[in-house]
Amino acid sequence: MGTKKKIQMENILSKYESVTPQDVTVWFKAGKTSDFPADGGNCIKYKDKQIAVFNFERRNEWYACQNLCPHKMEMILSRGMIGSTDDIPKIACPMHKKTFSLKDGSNLNGDDLKIATYPVKIVEDEVLIGFID
Amino acid sequence: MIKIIVVGNGMVGFKFCEKFVSKSGQEKYQITVFGEEPRRAYDRVHLSEYFAGKTADDLSMSTATWYEENNIILNTSELVTDIHKENKTITTHLEKTHSYDYLVLATGSAAFVPPIEGVEKEGVFVYRTIEDLDAIMAYAKKIKQNGSTEAAVLGGGLLGLEAAKAVRDLGLNPHVVEFAPRLMPRQLDKGASNMLRSKIEELNIKIHLSKSTQYIDGENAITGMMFEEEELLKVDMLVISAGIKPRDELGRGAGLEVGVRGGVVVNNKMQTSDPNIYAIGEVALYNHMIYGLVAPGYEMADVAAEQIMQGEKTMRESIDMSTQLKLIGVEVASFGDPFIEQQEGTPIVYENKLNGIYKRINISKDGKALLGGILVGDSSDYNTLFQIYSNGMAIPKNPEDLILGARGSESSSMGSVMDLPDTAVICSCENVTKGSICCSITDGTSETLGDVVKLTKATTGCGGCKPMVVDLVKEAQKSLGKEVKDVVCEHFAYSRQELYDIVKINKFTNHNEVLGTVGKGDGCEICKPVLSSIFSSIYNDTANKHVPEQDSNDRYLANIQRNGTYSVVPRVTGGEITADKLIVLGEVAKKYNLYTKITGGQRIDLFGAQLNDLPDIWKLLIDSGFESGHAYGKSLRTVKSCVGNTWCRYGMDDSTTFAIELENRYKGLRSPHKIKGGVSGCIRECAEARGKDFGIIAVDGGWNLYICGNGGANPKHAVLFAEQVDKETCFKYLDRFLMYYIRTAGPLIRTSTWLEKLEGGLDYLKQVVIEDSLGIAETLDKEMQGLVDSYACEWTEVIESPELQKRFRHFSNSDDRDENIEFVPMRDQIMPRPW
Repeated sequence: MGTKKKIQMENILSKYESVTPQDVTVWFKAGKTSDFPADGGNCIKYKDKQIAVFNFERRNEWYACQNLCPHKMEMILSRGMIGSTDDIPKIACPMHKKTFSLKDGSNLNGDDLKIATYPVKIVEDEVLIGFID
Repeated sequence: MIKIIVVGNGMVGFKFCEKFVSKSGQEKYQITVFGEEPRRAYDRVHLSEYFAGKTADDLSMSTATWYEENNIILNTSELVTDIHKENKTITTHLEKTHSYDYLVLATGSAAFVPPIEGVEKEGVFVYRTIEDLDAIMAYAKKIKQNGSTEAAVLGGGLLGLEAAKAVRDLGLNPHVVEFAPRLMPRQLDKGASNMLRSKIEELNIKIHLSKSTQYIDGENAITGMMFEEEELLKVDMLVISAGIKPRDELGRGAGLEVGVRGGVVVNNKMQTSDPNIYAIGEVALYNHMIYGLVAPGYEMADVAAEQIMQGEKTMRESIDMSTQLKLIGVEVASFGDPFIEQQEGTPIVYENKLNGIYKRINISKDGKALLGGILVGDSSDYNTLFQIYSNGMAIPKNPEDLILGARGSESSSMGSVMDLPDTAVICSCENVTKGSICCSITDGTSETLGDVVKLTKATTGCGGCKPMVVDLVKEAQKSLGKEVKDVVCEHFAYSRQELYDIVKINKFTNHNEVLGTVGKGDGCEICKPVLSSIFSSIYNDTANKHVPEQDSNDRYLANIQRNGTYSVVPRVTGGEITADKLIVLGEVAKKYNLYTKITGGQRIDLFGAQLNDLPDIWKLLIDSGFESGHAYGKSLRTVKSCVGNTWCRYGMDDSTTFAIELENRYKGLRSPHKIKGGVSGCIRECAEARGKDFGIIAVDGGWNLYICGNGGANPKHAVLFAEQVDKETCFKYLDRFLMYYIRTAGPLIRTSTWLEKLEGGLDYLKQVVIEDSLGIAETLDKEMQGLVDSYACEWTEVIESPELQKRFRHFSNSDDRDENIEFVPMRDQIMPRPW
C-alpha cells in the first residue's frame, strides 16, 4: 500500500542536501526579485529539483529550501507560511503545519525530520540560488 | 570505544537506542543493532492500522536517517545465530563475527501457536509482523475472489480483538474463537466481557467463547475449525493470536539461565546470568513474569541503558499491568487487581446496558483504598482512578462517587490534578511524574505546554494523559502567579478579541503595521491567519489581499488535499441547483478528470484539481453563473435546507427560499471558525438545522431560531434563542449574534464553545442581542450591513485579473506541472496514490 510511491519519494528526498555558500559551484538564476511575493514564497525548478524560495522582506532576507515536506512527502513547502520563532526564521508546511528553520533546515516541532537549505544571493534584481551540481 | 550490540530491532530495542543516545557520555560507546526483519523498528502496538491504510513507513519509529545521525550502525535482514559469551562475540547467519563489550537481547517474542492438528494448512496465519500482515492481505484478497466471506481469529485477548478488527477491515466477516469463557480473560470479569461482547457484536464480529478447537478442517487449505462435540465453524482463513512466547533461543543456546516456560532470566538491573549480557522487553523474564506491554519494555530499556553506563537505576519490584485502550471503537481499561478475592475487598459495579457502559471498582475491606477496577464503554475516569489506585490516595466516603460522580452536590468527587502527589506517574508510556512536569515549569526550564512536552516527552506515547498534562501545566503556571491568558501566539500578548479591537481602533490595515506596533518578531502560521481574518471581518478584505498571510486553503482559494492537489466547491445556495448547472459541473469534472462527491452541505465537491488549472476551472464555472463557495475559508459554508412547503406535504413554510436568502446574506463572511446554517420547513427537521451554528425551523406562527450547534467531534444541539418570530426578526438577531461572535471569539472557536465560555451564557447573549443591554446593537447591525454590501466573489476577482492569477503556478520559473502528482483508479473515478 503506497510503498511504491514511498520508495519513489524517498529516492527524490535523497536528491536534496543542504549546500553551504562556500561550496557553491553554480549560481542559478531563479527569477527576478519581483517574481516573489513580499513575505512569501514560490517554487522554482532547477534541473530535476524543486526549490522553495522565500522573500522574507520584513527581515530583508532571502531563503531557499527543498519544496518537499519530509513529513508526508508532498511538494508543497513553497505554499506554506513563513514566520519566526525566537527569532529563527521558519516555514510552516501548509499540510500539517510542521515547521522548519529556514536557517539550517532543522525541525522546530521536536520531530527528527529536517529539510535541505540552499544559499540565496541577490545581484541587482536577480535572485540566484547556490547549487553544487 | 566501548562496543554495544543490540540484538533485535523492535519497539523496545529501538527505545534502548533512543534512551542511550540521549544520555550524556554516550559518545564513548558504539551501538550496533541487528534486526532480522528487513525494515527499521516499527510500532507494533498500532499494527492493525496497516490494514486501515497506514504504510510501513507511517508505522516506523524513526526516520530513514535517524540511525546514521545518531551514529548507530543498523543491520537489517541479518539474524544473529550464536552468542559466544566466553570471548564476547556473536555470529550472524551471514557467518560474520562481531565482538562486544555489552550485549543487549531485545529479541522480543513470537506468536504462540497452540498445538492443534492442521495449523500448518494453507490459510492459517499468525499476527505479528508486517510480513504476516502482507500475507494475510494477499490471502484474504484471493479467497474473497473465490466468494469466501468468513474468517476466524483464534484468541479473544487484546491482540486477538485487534486482529478481528483487521480482518473486518479486509472485508471479511470475523469470528473470534476463545478458549476461556470470556473475552480478554486476563483483564475483564464476566460482566465486563459481556458488555464488550455486545458492543463488538454490533459491529458484525461474531464471538465464540469456551471453544476448544480439536483440529483444523480442510484438505490443503483451511475450510473450517472443528470444536468439541462435532461443532464445525466454516471459515476460509484463520489468524492465530493466542498469546506470545519469548524468543529466547539465542540466550538458551548461549547457556544463559532461562525460565521453565521460556524467557531469559534477568535481575533488577536487566542483567542475565552473564553480567555482560542484558535482556529487555518480551524476551526478559523478570520476577517470574513476561511483560507483554510496551510501557514496562520501555522502562527495561531505560534501566539497561543506565546500567551499561554505570548508572544506579533499577527496575521496580512490581510492575503495573494497567491498560487503557480503544478496542474496535470501544473504550476498555483495567487497572490494579481487576478481580479481587472476597476476603480482600468488595467490588462496586455499575452496569448500563442501554449505553453499553460497565464500571467496576474494587474497594478494600476497610473502605479506604481503591485496589483495582475495570471500565468498558467509557474509560474517561481511568486517569483519575489509576492515580488514586497507584498512589494509594484516600477515596470518598461513598466510594461509588468515583464511578457515578458526586450526586446531589456541585463538588466533584475527584478533586483536582494538583491533589496528586509529586511521585504520581502521569504519562506511563514515558514514565513522567507529576513532579517533573510541574517542576519544569516552576524552576523555569519550561514556559509552555510545548516546552514541557519537548523536555519530558510526556503525551508523546499513546497520548491518553494529555488532558492531565494540560491541566498540570496550567495549574503550575498559575502557581507562579502568571496570568494564564489566552494569547494568540508568541508574537502577540493579546487575545483575538483584543487584537480585533486594536486593529479596529487604530485602523490598521496590514500585518506589518500591527506587528510593528503591538507585536514582536515576524509573525507565524498562527497569528497571520488570525490577523487576515480580522482584516476581512472589519474591512471585508477578500482572501485576495494579504495573500502570503492567508492560511493554506485561503491562499489558493481552494482546499488542499492529500497529494497537494485542490478541491473546488462552487456555491449552491440552499442546495438548490438547476439541471443546466449540474451538467456544467459534470462537464468541468470530466474535462479536468476530477473526482466528484456530494458534500454534507448539499453541494458538489470536485477533487484533484492541479494548482495551475484552478483559474481555468473557475472561469468555466463563473461563466456559467457559479460563484465561490468559500469551502476553503473560515467563513459561512452553507445553509442547508429541506424542500419546504413548496413540494413537501408536511411543510409549514418555504424553508428553501429562506435558506437561499440567508446564504446570500452571509456568504463570504469571514469569522473565527467556519459557520454553518440550516432551515427546516417543519419539526421533522430534515435539514438537521439544530446541528448548525444557526438553525431555523418553521412552526405554527413563524420560525423558531436556534443558535450555537455543531456536528463534528463534539456534536452539540443548537439551543432555542427565539420562538415564533418572523423572517425579518430572524435576520436582525442573526446579524447581531454573528457579528458579536466574530468580534469576541478566540481563533478557531466554534459558536458552541464560544457560548459555553461566554460569561452569563445564553441569557446574557439574549440580553445583548434582543434587549441591547450593551447598547451596541446599532453598531453591530451597521457593521454587518457594511460587510453584506461589500461582498465580492474572490474567484471572480481572480479570473478578471492576470496579476492575481500569477500565484496559481506550481513553478514561478516554468510552466511545468508537479510531476510527482499521481492518481490511482477507484470505483470508476480517481484518488491520490496512497501515502
